Amino acid sequence: MSDYRVSHLAALEAEAIFIFREVAATCQRPVLLFSGGKDSIVMLHLAQKAFWPAPIPFPVMHVDTGQNFDEVIEFRDRRVAATGVQLVVASVQDAIDRGLVTEPPDGTRNRIQTPVLLEAAEKYQFDALFGGARRDEEKARAKERVFSFRDDFGQWDPKNQRPELWNLYNGRVHSGEQIRVFPLSNWTELDIWRYIGDQSIELPPVYFAAEREVVERDGMLYAVNRFIRPRDGETVFAEKIRYRTVGDATLTAGVRSDATTVEQIIAEVAATRITERGATRGDDKTSEAAMEDRKREGYF
Amino acid sequence: MTQAPTLAAEAPAEATELLRFATAGSVDDGKSTLIGRLLFDTKTLFDDQWDAVEAVSAGRGDEYTDLALLTDGLRSEREQGITIDVAYRYFATPERKFIIADTPGHIQYTRNMVTGASTADLALILVDARKGLVEQSRRHAFLCSLLRVPHMVLCVNKMDLVDYDEDTFKRIEKEFGSFATKLEIPDLTVVPISALKGDNVVRRSENMPWYQGPSLLHHLEKVHIASDRNLVDVRFPVQQVIRPHSSDNHDYRGYAGQIASGVMKPGDEVMVLPSGFTSKIASIETADGPLDEAFPPLSVTVRLEDELDVSRGDMLCRPGNQPRVAQDVEAMVCWMDEQRPLRLRGKYAIKHTTADARAIVKDVQYQLDVNTLHRDESAEELRLNEIGRVTLRTTKPLLCDDYRRNRATGGFIIIDESDNRTVGAGIIV
Repeated sequence: MSDYRVSHLAALEAEAIFIFREVAATCQRPVLLFSGGKDSIVMLHLAQKAFWPAPIPFPVMHVDTGQNFDEVIEFRDRRVAATGVQLVVASVQDAIDRGLVTEPPDGTRNRIQTPVLLEAAEKYQFDALFGGARRDEEKARAKERVFSFRDDFGQWDPKNQRPELWNLYNGRVHSGEQIRVFPLSNWTELDIWRYIGDQSIELPPVYFAAEREVVERDGMLYAVNRFIRPRDGETVFAEKIRYRTVGDATLTAGVRSDATTVEQIIAEVAATRITERGATRGDDKTSEAAMEDRKREGYF
Repeated sequence: MTQAPTLAAEAPAEATELLRFATAGSVDDGKSTLIGRLLFDTKTLFDDQWDAVEAVSAGRGDEYTDLALLTDGLRSEREQGITIDVAYRYFATPERKFIIADTPGHIQYTRNMVTGASTADLALILVDARKGLVEQSRRHAFLCSLLRVPHMVLCVNKMDLVDYDEDTFKRIEKEFGSFATKLEIPDLTVVPISALKGDNVVRRSENMPWYQGPSLLHHLEKVHIASDRNLVDVRFPVQQVIRPHSSDNHDYRGYAGQIASGVMKPGDEVMVLPSGFTSKIASIETADGPLDEAFPPLSVTVRLEDELDVSRGDMLCRPGNQPRVAQDVEAMVCWMDEQRPLRLRGKYAIKHTTADARAIVKDVQYQLDVNTLHRDESAEELRLNEIGRVTLRTTKPLLCDDYRRNRATGGFIIIDESDNRTVGAGIIV
């Protein structure tokens, strides 16, 4: 006899599928932000399940800084081809060349992604943008709605958010405005990894521990590649690391790890004492409200 | 027998249940300290989060590390030292995963409290042992009963400051108990705690040998929530029609949705509302394969034996157990808009299950004082954070149940069509 109980992962999956379907049924032109990172890979997997056996009824978009891990781009293209969805690439390099944005002196392109994202949304008239952000990542995100309204400048106003009751999401917008939709809002890093293990979801190799040539910078380990070059006074050494997040290659650091399987990663994540972004992202250390400020400008 | 959720079936060791709870109270009651304690003692609080909070606290010259900084995520909240919006926090034990909707306590944030309570399995209300019940505690209890939160826990906090005195606790417990009998609170547990010292939060306290009940965390892990779902009335609001249009699936037609209540099985006779046509369930499908039965909160695709005209906003139910089909709706409404009040004869859009409709306010019967429960029958409008009973006439019939019987088919939101903002929430009575 069934006791009609479901695991918390099954409940989270059901909630995410419901959200995907609500958007597809009520918004004109949704798009799924897909970077080849683990959260967006889980998003694509959930979107496939939501509309099965029909194909995903919207395209995916990558805001490409041009500073990516090669394995991740290779994975992105392979995964997109296997899924059969249309991929829109909004190129930051192209936007720099056109003069839409200016490359910051430190070479990091995280912040200048925002105008590129907004321009592409306007060009393709996307009115609903799915993002893989989770509320456990950061405290400004902990306050954001599942359906997060953005005005016609793409801005988030944290003090003027739509109340969100039950599962009655309000995705209504006027022309030029958008809804950012976060189906993984209630998932934690550990939930993501357990779900990846449970569903046997494939990931790019950067997520698994391997010996890599690294430098230590601001207390974090950066693998040496074409974007990270050793600076004066930095020593290159070999270390077994993996990536907990995969963002812009110029500011994503790895963590020391021996985990080469999803099961081993789950064990490490369950025992870690440092948050995902705290361990690996140079960009969030700027200030107490760095994320809130970027979101107000239209960032995810 | 049934292989419904593959996730639960395949991972028994990690098959933890999900419990959503809302906390209500102000900083003075020690709410942030309690949440910080739960996160800290379940090892959910990370070292870098702790370091950041400690640094800010020290920088401001606080005497102790202010755990409220963990939950107050917005710049304006930190500057003003108050919580203005619902914050969501997560922690897990081997038994359960918990989602905390942390809501501000003051009356000007009633709408946030209502929002947090709308999805909660359990409400946690804090009182200060030195002060006992205050107006705010009664208001919180009332709102949770209005929103039909199935379980309530009253935490009598700061027991360390009353020398862990049993009589103080008993007095508050009795007072709250007699107040609660006037409300509809199906399950009430009262726990004496000290969030600051950790008494009875995660572990039973040795300072209160007279208390025989469980620690707060133990109660949160064990409280029986599986029966809270309505497994009797089959209600399946259709989200969208799945039609692949591919050669493999040329004739495929499935109805996608999340089961609101009841248990559905292939072969069951079902009725489609509002059309009233009947058919049988041919299969219940997911990307992981077909199910022998489906129940809340699963998202599935239902196929019927007959080709019927079914679209988004329709509802599947059993012929012998149907929802109300109503255009005149009586509801308790909580108004959430600071710009304009709800007005008699005002016109709004509403969203109810997966259906959209428009509605006109035919009558404002009364406005309810959420502190005294006094009814003001002369009211003709509801302002921000006010709650009242109204009569609505909708442009098309709602397929609904009383909220007290079915939270999924008894709740709706009110939208201002001029700017698309959500301006109110209603529960059908």
